[in-house]
Parts: sequence; C-alpha cells; structure tokens
Amino acid sequence: MTAALARLRSWEGLLLAILIVTVALNLANSPYYLGVENIVNLFQLEIEKIIVALTMTLIIINGEIDLSVASVMGLSACVMAWLFKMGVALPLALLAALGSGVLAGLFNGFWTAYVGLPSLAVTLAGLIGFRGVARILVEDRAIGNYPAWFNELGQQAFLGPLTLSIMIFLALFAVVAVVLHGSALGRLVYVMGNSLEAARYSGVRTKRVKMILFVASGVVAALAGLLYAARLGSVRGDMAQGFELDIITIVLLGGVSIFGGSGNLVGVGLSIFVILNLRNGMGLANITGNTQTSVVGALLILSVLVPNMAQLIHNRWRGRET
Amino acid sequence: MNWLQRHIRPEQVRELSLLLLIIVAVLVFGSLIPRYYTSLTFNRIASSVVIITVVAAGQTLVVLTRSIDLSVGSIVGCTAYFAGTQLAAHHGMPPAVAVLIAVALGAFMGSLNGVLVAWGRVPPIIVTLGTLAIYRGILIDYSGAKTVTTDSLPAWLVDLPTVDVATVGGLEIRVVVAAALLVVIVFQLATSFLTVSRRLYAIGSNPEAAALIGLPTQRILFTAFVLSGALSGLAGFLFLARFGNITVEAGRGLELQSVAAVVVGGVNIFGGSGTIFGSMLGAVMIGTLEQSLFRLQISEFWRDAILGLLILLAVASDAVILNRLRLLWARTDLKLIAKSAPLPAREGEVTAP
Repeated sequence: MTAALARLRSWEGLLLAILIVTVALNLANSPYYLGVENIVNLFQLEIEKIIVALTMTLIIINGEIDLSVASVMGLSACVMAWLFKMGVALPLALLAALGSGVLAGLFNGFWTAYVGLPSLAVTLAGLIGFRGVARILVEDRAIGNYPAWFNELGQQAFLGPLTLSIMIFLALFAVVAVVLHGSALGRLVYVMGNSLEAARYSGVRTKRVKMILFVASGVVAALAGLLYAARLGSVRGDMAQGFELDIITIVLLGGVSIFGGSGNLVGVGLSIFVILNLRNGMGLANITGNTQTSVVGALLILSVLVPNMAQLIHNRWRGRET
Repeated sequence: MNWLQRHIRPEQVRELSLLLLIIVAVLVFGSLIPRYYTSLTFNRIASSVVIITVVAAGQTLVVLTRSIDLSVGSIVGCTAYFAGTQLAAHHGMPPAVAVLIAVALGAFMGSLNGVLVAWGRVPPIIVTLGTLAIYRGILIDYSGAKTVTTDSLPAWLVDLPTVDVATVGGLEIRVVVAAALLVVIVFQLATSFLTVSRRLYAIGSNPEAAALIGLPTQRILFTAFVLSGALSGLAGFLFLARFGNITVEAGRGLELQSVAAVVVGGVNIFGGSGTIFGSMLGAVMIGTLEQSLFRLQISEFWRDAILGLLILLAVASDAVILNRLRLLWARTDLKLIAKSAPLPAREGEVTAP
C-alpha cells in the first residue's frame, strides 16, 4: 500500500501512467499513430513552445519565473522582419534578432538579479514592454516574402524525417539535461531555488547564475520566435501572444515546483509527451482546440491535487492505525 | 518631518506619490493636447478604467494573501456572456437580478479556485492558470462560438454606460463610474478597519505565523478567492453594459492587466502590504496613459512599450525608495522610543512587556 502510494506520489510515475493510457487510447483510435510521420507531426505542432519550456524549466527550478518569453519570441521575429524589410541581408537580420533576445534577457536579469526586484513583476513588465517594441517595429503589417531557404528551414525534413526545429529541440534537451543534472551550475540552480539566502551566504555568485539563466531564456525564446516565423512564413506584431501560459503549464505539469528547488528534466520530458499526445489524440477524435486547452488545464490542477489528496488520506489512515 | 512621519505611513507616501504622478501626467498631457480638460476626456478615461478597477480590487484581496488569481479574465468573459444571454432571453428581467446573476456566477467560479487553493493545497498560480483555460474552454463550448449582440439586449442596459448619477462642476459622473467608486470605498474601508480583513494582511505577511496564532487561514484564503470571483462577475456585468457585443474572447488579457494595475498601485506582489485604493490609482494611471497617448496620436503602437516601462519603474521605485522610507520611519521611531523610555532594565531583571 505504502509502496503503491509512494509510486503514485512520484510525479514521473503518474505522468508515465497518463502517457501510457493516452498512447493506448490513441493507438486504438488510429493504427498509424506510432508511425514516424505522425510522431514528427506531433512534435512540429507545438515545437516552439516545448523548446522554450526547456529553459523555463531552469528558471522555475531556480525559483524565478519568466513571463516575457512569448513577447521575446514576437520581438525577435519582428526585429528580423523589420531589418529584412529595410533591406538587410537575412542572415544578418537573424543574428540581430538573436541579439535582441540577449538584450531582453540582460534586461530581465539586470532588474531581477542586480536590483533585486521580483521576477514576476519584472517579466510582466517585459511581457508588455517587449511586445510593445515589437509592435512599434512592424505596426499592423504582416511581413512575408522571405527567401525560399528560410521558409524551408521551418518545414522541410532536414536529417531523415527530422526538421531543423526538432533537431534543435533534441540538442537543447541534451544540453539542458547535462547542465541541470551533470554540472556545477545545475547544482547551483537547485540550491538557489531551495534557499537563495543560504546560497548567497555559502558564497555562490547568485547574481551571475540568475543573469546566465535569464539570458539563456532570452536567446532560446528569440530562437524559437525565429523558428515560428520560418514555419508560418510571415511575421505579425501579435505573433506567439499568450504562449507564456502554455509554456509554464508544460513545465509545472512536469512536476517542477513553482516555488523552485525541485523538479527534473525527466518529468518535463514526460509532460511534453503527455501534452503532445493528448492534444494530438483529441485532435484525431475531433475535439476542438479549446476543449483540448481545458483538458490540459484540468490535468495541470489534478496533477498537483491528486498526490496532495493521496498524501492526506494516507496520513489520516496511518493516524488511525497508531 | 516628525509630524509628517507620525501621521503618514511609508505605504501612504507611495500612494501619494502615485497620485502626484497622475496629476503631473494629466498636466503634461493637458499642455500637449488641445481641449484636454473637458468632461469628454474625463468620461473616456473614467469609463475605460471602470472594469479594470473592479477586477483589480478583487485581485488586490487575493494578492494581499500572497496568492494570485489569473482566472479573472475568463470569469469576466463567462459572466458577461451568461448574463448577456439571460438578458437577451428575458427582456423583463429586473436589473438587480441581472447583476446578481453575474456576481453569483463569478462567486461560484471563484469558490472553485478557493477550494482548490485552500483545501486542495494546490499553489494558486497553478490553480488559476488551470481555471483560466478551463473557464474559457467552457465558455467557448457553451456558447457554440455564438455572439451576444447589442440589439438583442434590453434598452436600459445598452443605455447604462451613458446614464449619469450626478454632475459635479460640469463633470458628469456615470452610474458605472459611481458603482466602481463604491466598490473601491467599501472594500478600502473593510480592509482598513475590519478584523476579518486585516487577517488577509496577516496571512500575506507571514503565512506560518498566521497559522500558528490560530487564524483560520484556509477559510480566509477561500473567502479572498470567492470575493475576487464575485468582483470579476460584477466586472463582467459592466463589460456587458459597456460593449454590448460579447464574443467568446471577452475579457481575455484582463488577468495580466489587473496584475499590472495592482503592481503599479504599490501592492506587494508577495503579499502583506498594499491597499485597494492604491490599486485603483494604478488602474487610473494606466488608463490615463492609454487614453491620452491615444489622443496624442503617438501611434498606439508605443502604448505597450511605455506601459511596460511604467510597471518596471513602479516596482523599482517600490523596492528602492520604499525601503529607504521604511528605514527612515523606523529610525525616527527608535529615537522617539529612546527619548520617552525609562532607564534600561538591569541585567536579569524581568520587565513587563
């Protein structure tokens, strides 16, 4: 009984169970479900969000939050589009767009780490402000007509059946896994998430760690914005608006504590699979996108509620025994 | 200086400076925009601020307890749509019943948040991120993507935004503006003077201590979320009155706007300090900027960038200046105590607390 409860309480166990059920149901619905093509499609559907979710995992484990990621995605795409429209060569425009991501990250990191403001407030300002800058650049135009090679980056299979976005996701997943679970920086991320004070008094350069994380988040969000632009083939001021909530949902569903200090990349990886499979399966069963969002929302709440309640019942039960 | 310090708390300095900032902004815009000081400007700003003020009042109650309610935008959408369809179907429904329907539905939705946060022990940001999606999804399914249109609504509701309750020196005070002001005044008084609502501050300042001294923290948290939902319901009704046409997208984005108003209004995002009045000032500041920038024709595209900067400045000044002020106040208090206190007790002697 206790062992079963412990397994249920383990977040990854719960996610794995949900994943197996959804995959089984999807397989029953469509025999082609596990085909390579469908799996690639599955990833392509939300690829930009899951890329940003990886760096968001680091930020949230660190005890901070970055609400501005979706606006940075929009900003970088708009910087690229604006420069391209002005006649700058596309590769240069792409570099400048990544640079805008660095700047956005430096901005968030400066106010959070060095001035000591709450990241929730700083990145909320960023959410509104960066989107504002993006709007100033492209106003209400839609900027398209990029060279063919740029559009192909977003859709064409690159290596075998894998697209560039999926390869970037896989590479970044590996990098974040090594950093978080195999490097000194990763340990610091956890330590600071558990107790910033303790970390500071132990001589950890907390400001620098935070700065690195926010800049990483900015660059990755900028990259994701460019991939999104390549996939859509056109850039508008409101691109990727509202993505931040989906991204944070993925991370939290992965068992990362919103208060920092706990969670791991295995959980987030499973959570990505669960969400992609759920959405894809519901899509195949003709359930609309909004109901899908509701189901993901309910899942998010249940994934915390069920272990909590199990714990509570378990405690009651043990209390009666003794 | 001492007199000032005895009568004004650092938090009030914060609110006074925001008020001053609003006045400065109005003066600057007044010198830039011809015919700025008219009742038209006042009405535009006031009616654009009304909805966000009511939502921000509820958000403040929640933020004070060190929580956050991200579902308010979806609640506004749901209540506006539901009240709209009911009014469209029953034209004879008395206004009070319509308002009650919206408020009750909002309170019900808020109570779901409250139960999950207080007794389910799920962090508020997770609960309300979830219900943000769930409530919106329910609205879209329930409505079948149909829209409530202005011409299906009873005439009194369509006219409501332009009805005046009083005219003060050429300024017309709209009914909806008066309603929002009433909400602010009632909740400001309640949070200042009622024991029950002082507990919101206690929980937000130190949740463990609040639980240890025996405060019913779960019940208080629950109440805060119910009130936030109810006020969002009221805002939903105001939304319906103002726009008439309610799509399934109604109220989207209000969650972040209300948090912005609360933060600019000087409420600590980690709970325990701030006032409803401050949040209203925050909403007014944002509303004034939005409407005035629009009038200035500085391309509306600049609006968001400036708004983001404003939020950042508000938070930064809160952290840097307010802490200095608190220190200053504390130091003067210490001096006063040192002057009036009797000789220090000898070692080992027990003094009365």
